[in-house]
Amino acid sequence: MKSRTVLQISFFILPIIVSLAITAVLIVAVGSDPREVFEAVWQGAFRNSNAFAGVVNFWIPLVLCSMGLIITFTAGLWNIGVEGQMVMGAIFASWAARTLVLPPPVLVGVEIGLAMLGGALWAGLVGLLKTRLGVHEIFGGVALNSLANVAAIYLIAGPWQPPEGGSAQATAPFPADSLLPPVSAEFPVNLLAVVIVFIAIAAVIIALRGTRWGLELRATGKNPRSALLLGVPTTRSAVSALMVCGMLAGIGGAYRVLFTYSSLRPFVSGGIGFLGLLVVLLVAVKALWVPFVSLLFAVILAGSTRLRVALQLDQSLAGVVQGMLVLLVLLANGLRQRFMERDSRRPEAETRDYPLITRPDTEAENV
Amino acid sequence: MTPELINILNSVVANATPLVIAGLGETITERAGITNLSLDGSLALAAMFGFVATLVTGNPLAGLLIAMLVGALVALIIAVGDITLRQDQVAIGFVLTLLCADLAQFLGQDYTGSRSTPMPVVKIPGLSDVPVVGQIFFSHQAIVYFSYFLIFAVWFWLFHTRGGLAHRAIGERPAAAFARGTPVNRLRYLYTVLGGALVGLAGASYSMAIKPGWSNPPVMRGDGWIALAIVIFGGWHPFRVVLGAYLFAALRALASAIQRSPDIQIPLVLLNGLPWILMITTLVLVSSGAIERLTRILPRPVQRWTRSFLRSDPPAALGTRFEPD
Repeated sequence: MKSRTVLQISFFILPIIVSLAITAVLIVAVGSDPREVFEAVWQGAFRNSNAFAGVVNFWIPLVLCSMGLIITFTAGLWNIGVEGQMVMGAIFASWAARTLVLPPPVLVGVEIGLAMLGGALWAGLVGLLKTRLGVHEIFGGVALNSLANVAAIYLIAGPWQPPEGGSAQATAPFPADSLLPPVSAEFPVNLLAVVIVFIAIAAVIIALRGTRWGLELRATGKNPRSALLLGVPTTRSAVSALMVCGMLAGIGGAYRVLFTYSSLRPFVSGGIGFLGLLVVLLVAVKALWVPFVSLLFAVILAGSTRLRVALQLDQSLAGVVQGMLVLLVLLANGLRQRFMERDSRRPEAETRDYPLITRPDTEAENV
Repeated sequence: MTPELINILNSVVANATPLVIAGLGETITERAGITNLSLDGSLALAAMFGFVATLVTGNPLAGLLIAMLVGALVALIIAVGDITLRQDQVAIGFVLTLLCADLAQFLGQDYTGSRSTPMPVVKIPGLSDVPVVGQIFFSHQAIVYFSYFLIFAVWFWLFHTRGGLAHRAIGERPAAAFARGTPVNRLRYLYTVLGGALVGLAGASYSMAIKPGWSNPPVMRGDGWIALAIVIFGGWHPFRVVLGAYLFAALRALASAIQRSPDIQIPLVLLNGLPWILMITTLVLVSSGAIERLTRILPRPVQRWTRSFLRSDPPAALGTRFEPD
C-alpha cells in the first residue's frame, strides 16, 4: 500500500521534472541560460501588480475555454474549433461595440450576449458538419478556425477600416463606453469578467453533475451506441455540448477585444483555445483542477512575453514547456497504468479512440 | 498549350510534392490502423531541422536524413504512446501538433527569415524533351521524381505483395491477422515510424526544395491538416491520395491566378479561406450520405462508377488498439 502511494507520487512528479529538464536542455541549445530564462518569466508574471494583471487577463479567457472544453470532452468530442469560436465571439462583440449606441451597462451586456451567440453559432456549425454531414469535428474545427481568422482579417483590412485609412494590424479602438472598465490603473483587470469566470466554473460543474443534460452528455461520451439505444438523444447532446462550449469561448473572445486590446486584431485568440485543450488533457477532464492549471499556464504565457525584451528569446518557449508537460503527463499516465496492472488485475476494458471519419448513416456512431 | 499554362502546371506539380509525400506517408500509417495526427507540427519541425542541417553541414543529403529522422521520432512517440502505453493516439497526436510547431519556432529562431539556394532542377534526358508532358512532369528537382517513384512503390507494396497484404490486414482485421501469425503491434510500430519518416521528408521538401528557407510562421502552416484530409478524400488509396494532392495544388494555383488577374476583384484575404472551404466540401462529399444524394442526379451508367470512385471507407480498425492476449 505504501509503495503504491510512493509510486503514485513519483509518477506525478516525474513528468514535471523531465519536461523541465528537457526544456532546460533546449534553452541551452539555443545558447541561453535556463536560470536567466526562469528569472525573466518570473519577472514577466510577478514583477508588479501590472504584470500579474497580465497573468489574470490570460487566465480569464483560458478558464472560460477550458470549462467549455470540459463539456465537449465529457460528451466525447474533440472541439479543436474552440479557437475559431473565440474569434467569432470577438467578431460579434466587436460589431456591437462599433455599431450600437446604448447606455454602457446595457451595451456591455449586449456585447457579451452577442459574443456568446457568435461562438455558439460557429460551434453549432462544427456540430452540424459532424452529425449531419459526417465531417469529423477535428477537421470541421480546424477549417472553421481558419475561416474565422480569415473573416476577422477581412473585416479589419476591409469593411471595418476607418474611411481615412487604418492599419491591417487592428481596427480603430472601440468607443470607451463599449469597453470593459479596469479595476484600477495599477491592476488592470475587469471585475465583471472574473465574476463571470467563477459563475461559469460553478455552472459547468453543476450542469455536468446535477442535471439530466449532464447525465446525457456523460452517457454519450462513454458509449454513444448504448446511450442512443437507451433513449439518449445523442445528436442533440453532441450539438448542445459544442454550442455551450462555443458560448463560453465566445465570452473569452469578447474579453480579448473589449478589454485586452480594445480593438479587433488578427489572430485575436492568441492560441488560448488550443491552450485550453492542453489544460483539459492535463487535468484529465476534472473540472475542479481547471482554474489552478489554467493559472499555471497563464503565468507561463504572460511571463514568457518578457523573453523577447529581456533575453532576445522567442516566446514560443511557453508553448514548448506547456506541450512538453502535457505530452509527458500523458505518457507517464500510461506508464503508471502499466506498473499498476502488474500488481492488480487486468487493465480496464479496451478504450476506443475516435477514427477521423464519421458516417451520417449510422446514427449512433455520429457522436 | 501556351508556355504560360505549362509553367503554371509545372509549378502545380512541384507545389503538390510535399502534400503527395506527406499524404502517402500518412496513408502507410493509417493503413496499419494508427492515425498520426501530428502532421501540421511535425512537417514544420522536420522542415526546420532539414533546412538548418543543410545550412550547417553544406550537405543536402544530411538535411534530408535529419528531417526524416525527426519525422520518424515524432511518429515513434505516437506509436509508443498508443501501442505500449495505451494512451489516446488522437490526444498525443494533437499535443505533438502544437508542441512540434512551437519547437520548430523556438529552435529555429536564429534562422528565421534565412533562405538558401533550392535543390537544382534535373532534366531527365529524353523524357524532358517530350513536348508539354516533359515540360510539366520531367523538369523538376530530384525530390519530385522521388515522389513519383513513391506513388508506385506504395501502391505496389499495398496491393501486390504479401507484405502489403499483412500491412492492410493489421489495419482492417488485426485479430485475424494475429491469428495467422502476423506480429500486429510490431508492424504497427514499423509502419507508423516509416510513415513518419516520409512526413519528415515532406517537411524537408518544403524548406529545401519547393520553398527553400525558414520563416515564421512557416510556409507549410495548415498543410498538415490538408494532408490529413487528403488521405480521407483519397480513401486510403495511394493513387487517389495523390490525385487529391494535385487537385488541391491546382486549385491553389487557380486561386492565386485569380488574385493576380486585374478583372476580378476579390480581396486576397478571402482567397486564404478557399483551401478550408475546399477541405470541408470534399470531406462532406466523401461521407457516403452526400454522395448517395449527389450521384442520383447523374445518368445511370455513371452512377455506379462515381459512387465507387468517391467512396471512402477507412481501414476498419483505424484508431483502435490491439491487445494480443
